Amino acid sequence: MEDTKKYTPADYKSDQYVRWCPGCGDHAVLNVLHKAMAELGIPPHEIVVVSGIGCSSRLIYYMNTYGFHTIHGRGAAVATGIKVANPNLTVWQVSGDGDGLAIGGNHFIHEVRRNVDIDMLLLNNKIYGLTKGQYSPTSDRGFVSKSSPYGTTEDPFIPAELVFGARGTFFARSIDVELKVSQEVMAAAARHKGCSVVEILQNCVIFNNGIHNFVTDRETRPDRTIHLVHGEKMLFGKNHEKGLVQDGFGLKAVTIGEDGYTLDDILVHDAHTKSNFLHQQLAMMDGHELPLAIGVIRDVDAPVYNEEIEKQVADVKARKGFSCLRDMIMSGDTWEVK
Amino acid sequence: MLEKTDIKVLDQVVVRFSGDSGDGMQLAGNIFSNVSAGVGNQISTFPDYPAEVRAPQGTLSGVSGFQVHIGKGVYTPGDSADVLVAMNPAALKQHAKFLKKGGVAIVDIDSFKKSDLEKALYKTDDPYTELGLKAQVVEVPMSTMVKDALADSGMDLKSIMKCKNMFALGLVCWLFDRPLESALHLLKNKFAKKPAIYEANAKVIQAGYDYGHNIHASVSTYRIETDDIRPGTYTDVNGNTATAWGLIMASEKSGRPLFLGSYPITPATDILHELAKRKDLGVKACQMEDEIAGICSAVGAAFAGDLAATSTSGPGLALKSEGLGLAVIAELPLVVIDVQRGGPCTGLPTKTEQADLKQALYGRNGESPLAVVAAASPTDCFKMAFEAARIALEHMTPVILLTDGFIANGSSAWRIPDEDEYPEIKPNFVTPDLLDKGWKPYMRNEDTKVRYWAIPGTPGFTHRLGGLEKDYVTSAISTDPANHQRMVDARRQKVENIALDIPALEVSGNKDADTLLVGWGGTYGHLYSAVNQLNADGKQVAFAHFRYICPLPANTAEVLSKYKTIIVAELNNGQFADYLQAKHPSANIKRINKVQGQPFLVSEIVDGVTKIMEDK
Repeated sequence: MEDTKKYTPADYKSDQYVRWCPGCGDHAVLNVLHKAMAELGIPPHEIVVVSGIGCSSRLIYYMNTYGFHTIHGRGAAVATGIKVANPNLTVWQVSGDGDGLAIGGNHFIHEVRRNVDIDMLLLNNKIYGLTKGQYSPTSDRGFVSKSSPYGTTEDPFIPAELVFGARGTFFARSIDVELKVSQEVMAAAARHKGCSVVEILQNCVIFNNGIHNFVTDRETRPDRTIHLVHGEKMLFGKNHEKGLVQDGFGLKAVTIGEDGYTLDDILVHDAHTKSNFLHQQLAMMDGHELPLAIGVIRDVDAPVYNEEIEKQVADVKARKGFSCLRDMIMSGDTWEVK
Repeated sequence: MLEKTDIKVLDQVVVRFSGDSGDGMQLAGNIFSNVSAGVGNQISTFPDYPAEVRAPQGTLSGVSGFQVHIGKGVYTPGDSADVLVAMNPAALKQHAKFLKKGGVAIVDIDSFKKSDLEKALYKTDDPYTELGLKAQVVEVPMSTMVKDALADSGMDLKSIMKCKNMFALGLVCWLFDRPLESALHLLKNKFAKKPAIYEANAKVIQAGYDYGHNIHASVSTYRIETDDIRPGTYTDVNGNTATAWGLIMASEKSGRPLFLGSYPITPATDILHELAKRKDLGVKACQMEDEIAGICSAVGAAFAGDLAATSTSGPGLALKSEGLGLAVIAELPLVVIDVQRGGPCTGLPTKTEQADLKQALYGRNGESPLAVVAAASPTDCFKMAFEAARIALEHMTPVILLTDGFIANGSSAWRIPDEDEYPEIKPNFVTPDLLDKGWKPYMRNEDTKVRYWAIPGTPGFTHRLGGLEKDYVTSAISTDPANHQRMVDARRQKVENIALDIPALEVSGNKDADTLLVGWGGTYGHLYSAVNQLNADGKQVAFAHFRYICPLPANTAEVLSKYKTIIVAELNNGQFADYLQAKHPSANIKRINKVQGQPFLVSEIVDGVTKIMEDK
């Protein structure tokens, strides 16, 4: 019965009052997540949403699913335990750039490396919002904040680069204002078997307003971003007049019809290719020389941690054939006392 | 009831070196016995040469052995060995019969390739099973490590391999705490005219010693003997294995699958090892990326409905504090096992201590009560692991089980429990009728204060938990002052109520004495032996041993009030004595403390109690 029910976004929405600041990018992410879940049609009681600490981590209270608001940085480890314990649950994780990449950096890379079947939303606003405005591990070098009054003296992480370094099997990116793309990548993340990382560039209206303006500005967005779709040409610009071509070891943006380039020269996106070489090049584009890539950049199959555990348990159980603990102990070295 | 348990320090140890006749086993054995004699041991040795001067390498007829018996009151080379060093499969095959059940076999795993096994006429590729070896096998890549140690020596491979015996000797010296200096001195004399050979051997013996140090190799030099044998089927079990099995029993009795999230740490790692093997019983044991992930994955598994556990030692428990706090405020069942070792910080990883008690009781931020229990002996680890799991599941709380390096590695004969010997465990699950009563995630049984457990996947019970304080009634996030007080009180009351669900404290020894000796956890065997001795000597002493620490058994005050003097003996600077005194201010508490990384000696307790009794 449950299986055939059609769910609407409202079915995934809790009755809690949403307490993010007006204008915060998180509102859009939440609404899109409700829609993506309705699109996927998984019953709310079979979903667990896990988070750590930070503004983004409050999201779980606004879901009418099972949810666990854990401790700072540890959402990945908690989510791993949930998924291993009950692989039938669909497990989502919500994290921010501080929660996921600073205090939770260790768990983040290992969750990706193990390829646990978890769908992670990484909301990147390049700032600590909940503690009121310190720089984060994704803040650009020289960024001025309350804890870096003279500018930071360190380089940031590029989340995609970390994911590829940890041998990630799925990476997608969107922007809080790109609702359609966000829904598309969330659904793709959920359909991917293994650890899916979705980076969403998100605006903190209070402490870091406009941090992503360079790519989000309505006027210039078509020229500074590119929406990648598996199997489709890598085209961008207002009228899709521009595209990406391979240029030696790198990529180059060209205008079709100029310098002898035709539509045939434009690369076709392949998210499923095992090698992450081009995926990484695409993910590292930042909107300056080359457009920032949104959409599913990498989506490849690989053994999934929780599934491999299930297989091993079934295998060993069948092979050893013990019925219970006592049976196992009695099969070992024992003696009788009468 | 606790099985009566006596602790005996092994006064004697038997080590048998075995290898190819060209492997230099006689020399290694000789040096080991001479070094032991040098530190005041009596020695008796027994060389066991093959008939052939040089039989083909690696064959059964070519095996040479040397048995050394060291210690006090040594009159023979020993009937069987505590430790067997086997340099190849042939040696293991020939000498396994000399190894005591539960002994330690150290093998050069580099010499256990398929061709080596064939040469020694093994029929399978699993020599241990084929031999029916009932021992702890320590696989050491000796050949590789010797080659590495002498990589820069300029020696040829054959000469290098001749030094393998010194690696084994170095490792055994580490195990039994023999001074390397005197071994080196003996070697120097032997190779006085061949300084290069001396240098090579010295390097390798040091490498073997360092290897033992680096892998935290240890051999228990204690035997724990149960003198209260009930009819039944028995097996040998050490405390860590018993702990793992106790959790499995709790999983079977509760119907909740067992999950372990853990990170390797001495001396707790064997719990992870055992549970990793027990995939054959459906156990999921995950080696996580750190201690924090160990507990957090377990908290996740508990949320998902498993019997969840994490195993560690003191430094790991420190890292798990915040995760424990999450389990406290989320009111999830969780078992945390702390196999205590010497501290602080990295401290004495391979040595035993009881100094994590206050960490277990108080080592978290905020008002953060949880249950603490402690195992008294290796076999008691089974019962108390079961109890920890029972309390966690039925009272929706994290429980810390304290064991220690001594009982974790010590082993004892254990009667395998009958199928119906342990009770069913009944978690406080939600039931559909609660939905009509306005169920919320923090809705409690108002008598026990235990909240109802709704497991993800259950329709109708979707809910959100978290580390933020929640409203007592609505379960929504709340910072209301009065509500916080109410929730703090409810969590405390819930843990205090466990006192009604645990056995009463028992008193043994001379119950009518004026003096009560009190202990807790892994010192039971020593204290029990001491009490017997004291009463036999006419010094009347009663004895109470605590295994339920928080909450204390309900009759604790009643028991304490009967005695004029209470002596708390523990392997720390008085942590349980402080705790007991704070709970029972009128008790006249004296202390016997030792913090040396070593168990008590029975004589220390006897002397300590006698002195306190005479001082009165």
